Amino acid sequence: MSWFVNLYRSTIGKKIIMAVTGLIGIGFVLVHMLGNLQVFIGQDKFDAYAAMLHGPLAEVVWGLRIVLIVAVVLHVLMAWQLTQRARAARPVDYRMREPQVSTWASRTMRWGGVLLLVFIVFHILHFTVGVIDPAHAFHETDALGRHDIYGDVVASFRIWWVSAFYIVAMIFLGLHLFHGAWSSLRTLGVAHPSAHPLKRRISAAIAIIVWLGFTLVPLGVIAGIVH
Amino acid sequence: MNLILHVWRQAGANAAGRFERYEARDVSADMSFLEMLDVVNEGLIANGQEPIAFDHDCREGICGMCGMMINGTAHGPMKMTTTCQLHMRSFKDGDELWIEPWRARAFQVVKDLVVDRSAFDRIIQAGGFVSVNTGAPQDANAIPISKQVADDAMDAAACIGCGACVAACPNGSASLFTAAKVSHLGLLPQGQPERYRRALKMVAQMDLEDFGHCTLFGECQEACPKGISIDFIARMNHDYLRAVATQREETAAGGTG
Ligand code: HEM
Ligand code: FES
Repeated sequence: MSWFVNLYRSTIGKKIIMAVTGLIGIGFVLVHMLGNLQVFIGQDKFDAYAAMLHGPLAEVVWGLRIVLIVAVVLHVLMAWQLTQRARAARPVDYRMREPQVSTWASRTMRWGGVLLLVFIVFHILHFTVGVIDPAHAFHETDALGRHDIYGDVVASFRIWWVSAFYIVAMIFLGLHLFHGAWSSLRTLGVAHPSAHPLKRRISAAIAIIVWLGFTLVPLGVIAGIVH
Repeated sequence: MNLILHVWRQAGANAAGRFERYEARDVSADMSFLEMLDVVNEGLIANGQEPIAFDHDCREGICGMCGMMINGTAHGPMKMTTTCQLHMRSFKDGDELWIEPWRARAFQVVKDLVVDRSAFDRIIQAGGFVSVNTGAPQDANAIPISKQVADDAMDAAACIGCGACVAACPNGSASLFTAAKVSHLGLLPQGQPERYRRALKMVAQMDLEDFGHCTLFGECQEACPKGISIDFIARMNHDYLRAVATQREETAAGGTG
């Protein structure tokens, strides 16, 4: 474990921890997004999918949850520590510093990250635990007596502020990944040298896919396609 | 042309600083930025005032001494150009310029625009060298090096240690500097024996000097007067990760011969 302690102590090591946990996050959001899109197939399919995750796959799901919780905790802890360090590295700020090439995405990693953290907590309390239940639909069951998560999704996204919050959060998730999917490969030192190192077509594609894939669900409800 | 300058004046490391307003009159477009400051200083001296302190040495873009922030851009508006090589034709009559020193905790202001960059020297001392036994030099062409490797190593070695990367970085990170120094030796065959040890030691020293971390904003690459690529940062990270993964305690056990 001494190698982990060494990593944890250095700035590059902390960034490597962020990159690995961030990539775990990217893997998760891609799978999660595909799962969510089943809402367009209909209530039966979606509730059956949820029942499968809570029934036969429950142990697997719990294993993944533990990995994700550890990843989020490490990611946020490293983000916090590195941000403090960066602040301390420039005690007297410039009167004027003009950003030249940094993207808005890169400059919103921190505040966007805070929004994502708030979103993640809200989202778990909303659809996973049901402590936040704006549509009063969490405890409903469908015709087959299954937990009717489909009905909860539809009822929730019909509430304007719930949809608005999810849609804004997904914009920031897309931005976070537009920078993060690109930068994490450089943090890990696995990106190939390039004549234009700031170009990032693949991460732009990942960002758009993730943003669109998640946003389609509230949009589908608002448009009445999912009802 | 006539310009208005707002220059950061600070008597010493622990003194409070402030911007002072100066007028630079009849500036020729052919002057370099430092020559323009020289003329302003002559005026100050003639008036019995303290001239503006700024660092400079070669005035030909190779020593790395002359860095300053000009209107929020390291080394001013011209890409891949040091302040001494920046000419006044990059500005126009009536321009108002804000001139500040590099700002980083590791780069303490010595006076006005002069900062102490010895943190960079200590990073180099930690590992930016190749250990060779003294004796007769071997034939220079005895070690074959591919053109691509030689070119990449030269690209990294172009770093003049001016500190613009730290100055332009929102995090005050010295990653581009350290990466260039780690890489230019790490790429070459002569640098291989100490490659991973070097990455560990130089990164450890970089951290000790209170620089920030790398977010890969890309600002350093844009500010660098030698156009050093952030790909070298990826390379340093790679060497560092490999070094941490394969690191073992250094021991001096064994026969004494
Ligand atoms: C939970 C709240 C989150 C916070 C507070 C947060 C914060 C941050 C910050 C501040 C950075 C930039 C670090 C730097 O300065 O270089 C970052 C990078 C990153 N984040 Fe997050 N983030 C969060 C959630 C996520 C999620 C959900 C994902 C993936 C789906 C993710 C993926 C990434 C990736 C891939 C990087 C790039 C790491 C690198 O540059 O090496 N983050 N995060
Ligand atoms: S004075 Fe030497 S680089 Fe400018």
